[in-house]
Amino acid sequence: MKVTFKIWRQEGPKDEGVIRAYEVDGLTEDMSFLEALDHLNELLVLKDEKVIAYEYDCREGICGQCGVFINGRAHGPHDNMTTCQLHMRSFNDGDIIVVEPWRAASFPVIKDLVVDRSAFDRIIEQGAYISTKTGSAPEANAIPVPKDISDRVMDAAACIGCGACVATCKNSSAALFTSAKINHLNNLPQGKAEEHKRSAEMTFQMEVEGFGSCTFTGACEVECPEGISIINIAEMNARVIKSKLLG
Amino acid sequence: MKLDSKIPEGKLKDKWRNYQVKSQLINPANKKKLNIIVVGSGLAGAGAASTLAELGYDVRCFCYQDSARRAHSVAAQGGINAAKNYQHDGDSIYRMFYDTLKGGDFRSREANTYRLAELSAPLIDHFVQQGVPFAREYGGTLVNRSFGGVQVQRTFYARGQTGQQLLLAAYSQLYKMVRAKKVEMFPRSEMLDLVVIDGKAKGIIVRDLVSGELKRYAADAVVLATGGYSRVFRLSTLAIGCNGSALWKAHKKGALFGAPSFTQIHPTALPQSSEAQSKLTLMSESLRNDGRIWVPKTKADTRKANDIPEEERDYYLERRYPSFGNLAPRDIASRAAKERIDAGFGVGRLKNAVYLDFKHPIEKYGLETIKDRYGNLFNMYKKITGIDAYKEPMQISPAAHFSMGGLWVDYELMTTIPGLYAVGECNFSDHGANRLGANSLLQASVDGYFILPNTINNYLASEINTDHPTTSHPEFDKAEKDTKDYIEKVLAVNGTKTVDHFHRELGKVMWQECAMSRNKTGLEKAITEIKIIREQFWCDVKVTGNDKEMNTELEKALRLADFIELGILMCTDALEREESCGAHFREEFQTEEGEAIRVDKDYSYVSAWEYKKDEFKLHKEVLEFEFVKPSVRSYK
Repeated sequence: MKVTFKIWRQEGPKDEGVIRAYEVDGLTEDMSFLEALDHLNELLVLKDEKVIAYEYDCREGICGQCGVFINGRAHGPHDNMTTCQLHMRSFNDGDIIVVEPWRAASFPVIKDLVVDRSAFDRIIEQGAYISTKTGSAPEANAIPVPKDISDRVMDAAACIGCGACVATCKNSSAALFTSAKINHLNNLPQGKAEEHKRSAEMTFQMEVEGFGSCTFTGACEVECPEGISIINIAEMNARVIKSKLLG
Repeated sequence: MKLDSKIPEGKLKDKWRNYQVKSQLINPANKKKLNIIVVGSGLAGAGAASTLAELGYDVRCFCYQDSARRAHSVAAQGGINAAKNYQHDGDSIYRMFYDTLKGGDFRSREANTYRLAELSAPLIDHFVQQGVPFAREYGGTLVNRSFGGVQVQRTFYARGQTGQQLLLAAYSQLYKMVRAKKVEMFPRSEMLDLVVIDGKAKGIIVRDLVSGELKRYAADAVVLATGGYSRVFRLSTLAIGCNGSALWKAHKKGALFGAPSFTQIHPTALPQSSEAQSKLTLMSESLRNDGRIWVPKTKADTRKANDIPEEERDYYLERRYPSFGNLAPRDIASRAAKERIDAGFGVGRLKNAVYLDFKHPIEKYGLETIKDRYGNLFNMYKKITGIDAYKEPMQISPAAHFSMGGLWVDYELMTTIPGLYAVGECNFSDHGANRLGANSLLQASVDGYFILPNTINNYLASEINTDHPTTSHPEFDKAEKDTKDYIEKVLAVNGTKTVDHFHRELGKVMWQECAMSRNKTGLEKAITEIKIIREQFWCDVKVTGNDKEMNTELEKALRLADFIELGILMCTDALEREESCGAHFREEFQTEEGEAIRVDKDYSYVSAWEYKKDEFKLHKEVLEFEFVKPSVRSYK
């Protein structure tokens, strides 16, 4: 299998980027997309060129570190999938594949396809936790959590923090990411004590970081590898209003 | 060197209590003056960093990923064990301790293993309070399931994403302490050396992976929580960035390496499909709760799985181990799969897999129930292979997974370098020669949250009044210069082959000779071959770019150089141990039916290796079984 990669190359945050074309032969359908890039990097080394920087770690769709725009879509042509889970069988021999980094002002490019997503960590820092010290927890079954609540919480908690929601959003909104975390914790009895503070502070930080507002197009839930629903955003909005009234 | 495991006195159930009563305390005002470095931000690292910060210490935490939330604990799927006995099925701390000790084939310390079981129950309370959405009954109480090597149900889980949920809880607690300004977090930072001053661990040298700059950090104690090193096999279930470099640098500075060759080969990963493959994806062991493993009874059967009638299928685990069946421990299940594959009964395009079939459980419990239990795993399988496993069996194959081995630590989790601790997968402590499923999240968490914060004070109490180290100490100058020279040496080779080329070579040798099945001739050959790979690496590797920028190729090269040396040590360890125990299976030591022969008379010890410039010196920590009599491990 032979394809042409057109890849965004950018030396550093302040440098100008450019799309470069690389013809790559010797690929197979069983290869993952990232393995195809690995292969390209090996070829570049042998040609005495600098390798392309791109991110990955677990390569099984759970760590959330990988993530690039492929032919204009976050994580490639399929819905609800990470870049590392994409395989070359999704492309045809002779295809041109355009690869770009996440595009969002709050995710500045560090190098080539690598962006800085530390804004997400700073949103988490503003209350995405339950303030209990190690050693002071009550017996686990002392507070029952109904299965339907627990299942809903798990649906939201599944977020891998990859940033595809922001990257695909025309407003670069982090509403899906933030709402998933707020709803995870606020729906649990353990998270109730801090619910209003959490809703207010996390959403405030989202704005401080420069993420745009949500206009409810639903683009994010299509790309979210965990299929997190935009219902979470509606729920978050209600929670924010509630926090203003009661918080 | 005499190894002192510092096991406290008393009955098994009193030891931890006795230890805590006698251990030295530090008052809150003094804790503020002490600073601790934690390397790694997984369950063990984040748990330790956040808890130490809550106690009042000044903590700095480092990870190579872009965020603490990526650490590979995130990928554990199946669950976490705890002796809660919620299922009323006869579980207890003692039974869990015994299962773990037996699962490890009696090659771990009784006292450590007991403490692991003892602290498991409060750990579940802790995680529930942190907001982990464990699976629940309709009435709201917690659910359990079974895991390999055990006959009770003691595994707690959050769908097939338990590791992710526990890690995210630990990560959020970590950031709670970042906000409180008690933890400073350093992502995209890789430890490249340990600084030892007057025999004590006092700091680290770190490479900033964005700027390439080398940085110095001094501390009163250093905690390594750097995970497993099975990427030495190249193809493994680990994240691509997982490495053994921090351990290796500590080893070279004097920390003894415990049981380096004890590596778990996981029975249910996806098979290798091509040479270019970078990773073997794990399918949770929990699938073996319901799935049935089989191969055709006819060699090289070309029929599709669904066309092979029931009577022509060999459910070999159920056949060989009737009482545990498909839930036999991992080492046994992997070896049994290898035996069938080697004998020519393998399935799949490369005949390197076996079937994991859900036809019967779907008929019995209904499709919806199976979807509820394993839905995300079936989806993952489909994404990667393109196959719908609700309709035809999954194809699975053994893959390198967990490192039972790691830095040797005593009961306090301190290595042989005072002030240097190792927690989680990177130490050798609780699992012996084989780890039971769902015990790894447990060990990482218990080490980080509960044990280390109670033991580190015993050392730090004596450090309050000594001079706090500064980065201007000559040992820092030397360590930084050595690191700089080493990086320049790698870049200067400028040969003709890529880093991945050498990693593939190393992986082939290690997988062939030092994985599921080992023998003397093979291991000796492997050591020679790895030394040749090392020689070739240092005269023919090519790394482009420079060290003053983000350079992923350089990162890989530095990690591989350490893996190569670690590979030699692993083979040396496997060669020395002339017995079969747990995951360590020496072909010379097996019964006629192919079961392991353990040699307690000669090998009832933990191997602890000392680094001696291109040679390794063996020290032995003899295992004394005071409370349990080691028996022949049988799962028949």
